[in-house]
Amino acid sequence: MSSSNTKSKGQIKVVHIYPREMSIYGDLGNTRCLASRLRWHGYEPLVHQHHPGNDFPTDAHLVLGGGGQDSGQARVEDDLAHNADVLRALAAGGTPMLMICGMYQLFGNAFITVEGERLPGMGILDVTTQGNAKRMVGPVVLQTAYGDVIGYENHSGSTQLAPGQQPFGTVKSGMGNNGTDKTEGAVTGNVFGSYLHGPVLPANPSFADALIKLAVEHALGEPFVSGRIDDEIADQARTRQVRRLAG
Amino acid sequence: MAVAAGKAARVASRLRGGGSALPGLVAERVDPAFLTHALADLPHGIVVVTGTNGKTTTTKMLVAILRQHGRKVFTNPTGSNFTRGVISSMLGELKLSGRLETDMAVLELDEAHALKFAAAVKPTHSLLLNVARDQLDRFAEIDQTAKLLAQLAEQTTTGVVLNVNDSFVSRIAGHVPAGVKVAYFGVDPSIADRLPELQEADVRFEDDFAPPAATATDGLLKPKDDRTFEVRFGDAADGADNVGPLELKQRGLAAMINATAAATTAKLLLGNDFRADRAVTALETVTPPFGRGEVIDADGQPLELVLVKNPAGFTVALGTYGSTPVTTMVAINDNYADGRDVSWLYDVSFESLRDKGVALTSGVRAYDMALRLKYDDVAVAEVQPDLDLALKRFLTAYKDEPKRIFCTYTAMMTLRRDLAARYGLANFGEDAQP
Ligand SMILES: [Zn+2]
Repeated sequence: MSSSNTKSKGQIKVVHIYPREMSIYGDLGNTRCLASRLRWHGYEPLVHQHHPGNDFPTDAHLVLGGGGQDSGQARVEDDLAHNADVLRALAAGGTPMLMICGMYQLFGNAFITVEGERLPGMGILDVTTQGNAKRMVGPVVLQTAYGDVIGYENHSGSTQLAPGQQPFGTVKSGMGNNGTDKTEGAVTGNVFGSYLHGPVLPANPSFADALIKLAVEHALGEPFVSGRIDDEIADQARTRQVRRLAG
Repeated sequence: MAVAAGKAARVASRLRGGGSALPGLVAERVDPAFLTHALADLPHGIVVVTGTNGKTTTTKMLVAILRQHGRKVFTNPTGSNFTRGVISSMLGELKLSGRLETDMAVLELDEAHALKFAAAVKPTHSLLLNVARDQLDRFAEIDQTAKLLAQLAEQTTTGVVLNVNDSFVSRIAGHVPAGVKVAYFGVDPSIADRLPELQEADVRFEDDFAPPAATATDGLLKPKDDRTFEVRFGDAADGADNVGPLELKQRGLAAMINATAAATTAKLLLGNDFRADRAVTALETVTPPFGRGEVIDADGQPLELVLVKNPAGFTVALGTYGSTPVTTMVAINDNYADGRDVSWLYDVSFESLRDKGVALTSGVRAYDMALRLKYDDVAVAEVQPDLDLALKRFLTAYKDEPKRIFCTYTAMMTLRRDLAARYGLANFGEDAQP
């Protein structure tokens, strides 16, 4: 749907991977946010939902995934294995991706269950997650390349970054990857992994726009031209949480 | 000993104006076997009502039907749906023997506390309403919640009532011990298309469990129009036990399905004593619990407070009230009792508020709510995080209009206190709890 009186600056195909199985904590809000912001910036979003059993679209410009519960995760594992090469090729080629919580873990090298069983992941992010009996739950404030980022974590896995793996942010309040080393999430190329629900993008528009910029430049091969967006409400929501939690 | 100590605490906490759960805590500490003893031999059973949504309303309806049949029923009317709350409301009714002298107990318990309760006292009957995403920071996973309900069914000794339309609940039939009766409630197949109004479909996957065809003990909801409906039992030709047609004081499909669950459970409990006309009388007169559609007279205009706490509940509330848009305020807190994570607001569609917009958002997460509405193109006239100021503003700026406030639990408690003071409402909101 392009707007009637202004010409679209171009189409951006946003793919939400497993919206039914892996979006139990409002992570679809990230997709909604990106689609709206693309429109407000003058681009035309095409939102595609990828369900298990289908071939993953090779023309994706921006890929989003969320957190699910164990049963949801079990339902996507075969499909993920089936589409692993496509996703790895897209990631290696510079397609921006944002994977939250469960999908972040699946994008890592492996998940080691509480019983010690090693479940291999996609290996796109150089991280390994250890299952825990105890959950890490609560509001989070991070310091990132995009300023303060707020969100909400709810995970039982404890994630370790391999040497040289960049985190997404530094924890100012909350637990992050493992509750000990102050790192949160991981970034490799244009692929971002994070535990932050909330959902993370609406209240952190500078991070959302960074993903849009990457997608536009990668998809259209031309510089991102931003529109004018009033982010007063998002800024209020974010700065109030930062003040509350991290002084 | 425990009874006296608990009663003393109850008086003390009343004097302080304290909450309903404290005296129960005292008794629980003094005598852990307190519950077992108090409930030891209720002749007509101990019924536990649990599930994510509709516990308070359904419990109230079930109790009303049973009392209409002359049964003496103990219930936890403060809706304090934790074990402690049950004990504390019990203290007021106990004889010094420490026993409850009623025919039966009907208790509303949240999923986790229903199991704790069952560890002390085995319920004779349980009514399992539904499973939806709710405060995942507390229960972790919806699968986990479903598991808790299945475990409760395993502990139940006489009869279990299951929601036939919710596969998380209907498949619990496989966990019911041999010899324990199973009855189902649900919607008539003719309105199966309206199920999405009652439950979220996206987290329920295909299931190989197929519940059996409705029998004479299974109640199915058949609406006639927006307000009138019938509960039909099985396909008995005479339909003598069918309840209705009737109208509730509360609006909407969710209230009708709660009434269906209550009527089905009452029929299972009462057996041959069940009288459809008494069920109708009870259901038509029962008033909605606070925050579930109760209407307050605010300077001559109706003000509705609607408690919202999870995506399914908020979606149902918006669907119920969407046909009559009025001036709206939304108040979102993120204290423990509200659920600290507000992510779930993104799993609710607010499009039905678009035409009229929202007058005010308030509460600790007022700006997050306004932001959520912005992404659904719903205009927000004002954001005022302070609940007292927001309420004052809402009541004065929109004095001559009907009003509605959607609010989370602790926001509702604050607003309720303000409203009670402002309009001199006695015992206002006695039976509220999430
Ligand atoms: Zn999570």
